[in-house]
Amino acid sequence: MNQLKKSFAEKWGSFVVRHKWIVLLVSVVLAMGLASQGKMEFDGDYHVFFSESNPELEAFDGLQEKYSKVDNILIVLAPENKEIFTKDNLIAIEALTAEAWNTPYSSRVDALTNYQHTRAEGDDLYVEDLSYMSENLTEEKISEIKAIALKEPVLVSRLINEEGSVTAINITVRLPGIDSATEIPEIMGATRGMIASFKEKYPQFDVYVSGNVPLNTAFFESSQNDLALIGMMFMIVVAVTLLLTRNIFATIATLVVVMFSIMSAFGFIGLSGIKLTPPSSVFPTMILTLAVADSIHILVTMLQKFRKEGYGKKEAIIESLRLNFMPVFITSLTTVIGFLTLNFGEVPPFWHLGNITAFGMTMALLYSSTTLPALMAIFPLWKKTKKSEIKPQPSLYTKLGNFVVDRPLQLTIISSVFIFGMAILALQNVFNDQFVNYFDKTVKFRTDSDFINDNLTGIYNAEFSIGSGESGGINNPIYLEKLDAFEKWLYEQEEVVHVNSFAEVTKKVNKSMHGDDTSFYNVPTNRQEAAQYLLLYELSLPFGLDLNNQINVDKSETRMTVTLKNVGSKRMLDFTRRAERWLEDNTPDYMNAIAVSPTVMFAKLGFRQAESMLKGNIIALLLISIVLMIALKSLKMGALSLIPNLTPVIVGFGFWMLYLGEINQGMVVVFGMTLGIIVDDTVHFMSKFLRARRELNYDAKDSVIYAFETVGRALVITTLILVTGFVVLSSSPFALNSYMARITVVIITAALIIDFILLPSILVLAYKKTTTIN
Amino acid sequence: MKNIIFSLFLTLPLLLSAQTDEEKGAQIVAAAIEADRGFGSSTVDLKMVLKNKNGQISERTLSNKTLELDEDGDKSMIVFTSPKDIKGTSTLTFTHKVGADDQWLFLPSIQRTKRISSSNKSGPFVGSEFAYEDLSSVELEKNTYKFLKQEGDLLYVEQDPVDPKSGYKKRIAVYNKAKDYRLEEIEFYDRKGALLKTLTYTDYKLYKDKFWRANKFEMVNHQSKKETLLFFNNYNFEVNLKEGDFTEIALRRASN
Repeated sequence: MNQLKKSFAEKWGSFVVRHKWIVLLVSVVLAMGLASQGKMEFDGDYHVFFSESNPELEAFDGLQEKYSKVDNILIVLAPENKEIFTKDNLIAIEALTAEAWNTPYSSRVDALTNYQHTRAEGDDLYVEDLSYMSENLTEEKISEIKAIALKEPVLVSRLINEEGSVTAINITVRLPGIDSATEIPEIMGATRGMIASFKEKYPQFDVYVSGNVPLNTAFFESSQNDLALIGMMFMIVVAVTLLLTRNIFATIATLVVVMFSIMSAFGFIGLSGIKLTPPSSVFPTMILTLAVADSIHILVTMLQKFRKEGYGKKEAIIESLRLNFMPVFITSLTTVIGFLTLNFGEVPPFWHLGNITAFGMTMALLYSSTTLPALMAIFPLWKKTKKSEIKPQPSLYTKLGNFVVDRPLQLTIISSVFIFGMAILALQNVFNDQFVNYFDKTVKFRTDSDFINDNLTGIYNAEFSIGSGESGGINNPIYLEKLDAFEKWLYEQEEVVHVNSFAEVTKKVNKSMHGDDTSFYNVPTNRQEAAQYLLLYELSLPFGLDLNNQINVDKSETRMTVTLKNVGSKRMLDFTRRAERWLEDNTPDYMNAIAVSPTVMFAKLGFRQAESMLKGNIIALLLISIVLMIALKSLKMGALSLIPNLTPVIVGFGFWMLYLGEINQGMVVVFGMTLGIIVDDTVHFMSKFLRARRELNYDAKDSVIYAFETVGRALVITTLILVTGFVVLSSSPFALNSYMARITVVIITAALIIDFILLPSILVLAYKKTTTIN
Repeated sequence: MKNIIFSLFLTLPLLLSAQTDEEKGAQIVAAAIEADRGFGSSTVDLKMVLKNKNGQISERTLSNKTLELDEDGDKSMIVFTSPKDIKGTSTLTFTHKVGADDQWLFLPSIQRTKRISSSNKSGPFVGSEFAYEDLSSVELEKNTYKFLKQEGDLLYVEQDPVDPKSGYKKRIAVYNKAKDYRLEEIEFYDRKGALLKTLTYTDYKLYKDKFWRANKFEMVNHQSKKETLLFFNNYNFEVNLKEGDFTEIALRRASN
């Protein structure tokens, strides 16, 4: 079997070297052919994070279908003088509100100035803009407007803060949803243009922008930004390859291999119709990082054989392939398996990342075993006269090996205690998927949203569609009273900033129907009365400011929107459970409702992702262990390999608890992903250990030292390359990517340390007895 | 007789094209108004069917009385007959050629009539896809016009509302020249100029040999994907209503 494999690798090597031009041509055609199918399309709609069967998405879509499907842009204005209610400021707000109606796909604009204030004058009912034609306002009228606005529960903490120093304009847009890659930039472009000319005309305002549409834009921009990280990584790859091979042609060949791999992956994106999202847009850097290791292993061996061991160029290439084919094949296979398990998760962008990278890695294996040797066969290679390779390198690894084999039990115990401690820490991490916090403070969306959150209202919300059990039943006084009671309860909850309830509309109209007597600021007590007041009120509303976003067609359900403080996913979910519980305990069955919203969707996504990835992770672990058992031809080794493969993730999350303590849905995938990568270290180390025992008849201790001497340096080099790649990714301002990359850096580093300390200790302990028996 | 001469005076120039598109547009609309002139008064029953994107349906029924006036806009009265909660609620509207219309609403639950400040008439009518302004009588003075094109007998006229509070930037109305300039379709464009709704008139019937009335209006909102159907029944042109039938007292009486 072993003989057969070796001869296959040798045959392969000779074939490639003999037909170098044909091999090169075929691989160029393949890479170009695939690349020509490539398409770089982005999808920034936050919906991409949810699979079609996601229950929270279904519930939210259900609610949007009942009323109107909406996304929004929240423009917040903070005047320098900290007083919204001056003539100049009101004029500016009114002008911007009017201009906001021109936003593409807009269906509604809510502002302080066009708030539909209801008042009575005798038997006349006036429903009119709170501040209309503001240039004609008198001081008296302005203070009247201020008094109304700061007392209006619909406005305060939603469109104006309690102090009256910050106000908002909320633009509702209806995205056709045909192509988010054109619709969202179109809206954002128009909005930015509008704000720019507003600032020019009214420099007294600071302007902040948030909402779903800017969120989507931030997703778009972070995709493009993270895609660009590839540039930095390319430069690092060139430097590293040059350093390790000291050969310009080897560097060029490596670059060709990784470029072909990325081009092929690009073709895969086009052929499979994937649209890039922030998580999947890191694929080039991933492939680059992972693929460069294959090439370097092959090149370093080849150059060593050529430079030091007196091989001819062709022979050196064939020999290098013979030695490296199996490890490179196995490490690629495990990496591919690891990435493919991302498909078990709940979040489509991570499926895409997994599949694109898996494909890229498969192609990298192909190119590094064909294009790379073919290119090296073509390129000239000179023997250097000065043999300046420094020898003492191995002694460092020998020392380390000696150190470990002298105290295996001690090291095992220390490591175990450490890992156990890390495991306890790891379990203390909490999920937090607050989408604003996905962006770091270099992103304007984040700082604007934070300002809005701190000074006006909340960015996060939960919505309830509360049924009345019958057509037209929203006018039933019992329903309205329950609705009102729910609103009161909500305001008692410390997570709540604002509640937008239909009950407020009925109270407002009821008051106006009783000559603006504030003692009538209650829900109507008679069903016909409520229905007829509502009819009257609806007849009085202008275009775009109707109640269709709050009441369904049948008038059997109303929508309640609860704005939440920035308290973290866990507390938000805790709040929604309490609210749902309150409805169950205090209202008839038909009024029970579940909380839905993007906030809730994201908050639950981490848990869903973790749950669904668990199965994927177990399968990955099993598959990879089986691959190891086959590759190492040892059941015992396969079982032992679980320890160095599992523990780095534990250490990673343990560290994370000390670092941040909050994890997001992006980090859930690291187990499967890093498993495929870190297993390489284990494979290399264990296979050398086994070879020493089987072929050289060393005892356990000497075998460990042999493994250190032969693969120690290679493992350090690959780890360095991987760490560098993930450090580059961790500079992303987008937390799903940067957190994932940061914890991967810890995991990969931990894996190396564990492979150098714990694994050899265990090997010594586990094989001590068998040695004596032998 | 005077009317015929007047309409000839208006329509004749249509055959000539030595006029601007604006004039031509205005003349088409004037011709349409003229063709419908003289019905005096009418009553009709309506059924309104509201549909959302998922096909969920909600119905309302109402009856309508209209009195034609020459010197000013028409007067009309609408009485809701279902759903139960708003049965008997009725509105009285005086359309004005210039300025805001007057509108009153009688609420049977409190036996009171309330006047609505109807500067807002661009909002949806009882939750439907029709705005009040879509249903009120056509007055030449309320828009500026522009003739766009002719396709067979169909004349396309752009109408730009004069009222700054209108929900529309423009409407494109399609008049059928062969059928006394009756309306076949109207496209509504929102304030930013995007297509918002299309209203299609079908099941036309000719009453008293002169007045075309569509028995079905179909309004489709392209942005919200909702639609509203209006079915007209029992047109009666023989009721001979007087101005006295359109007063606040009559409004109160009508609700029973």
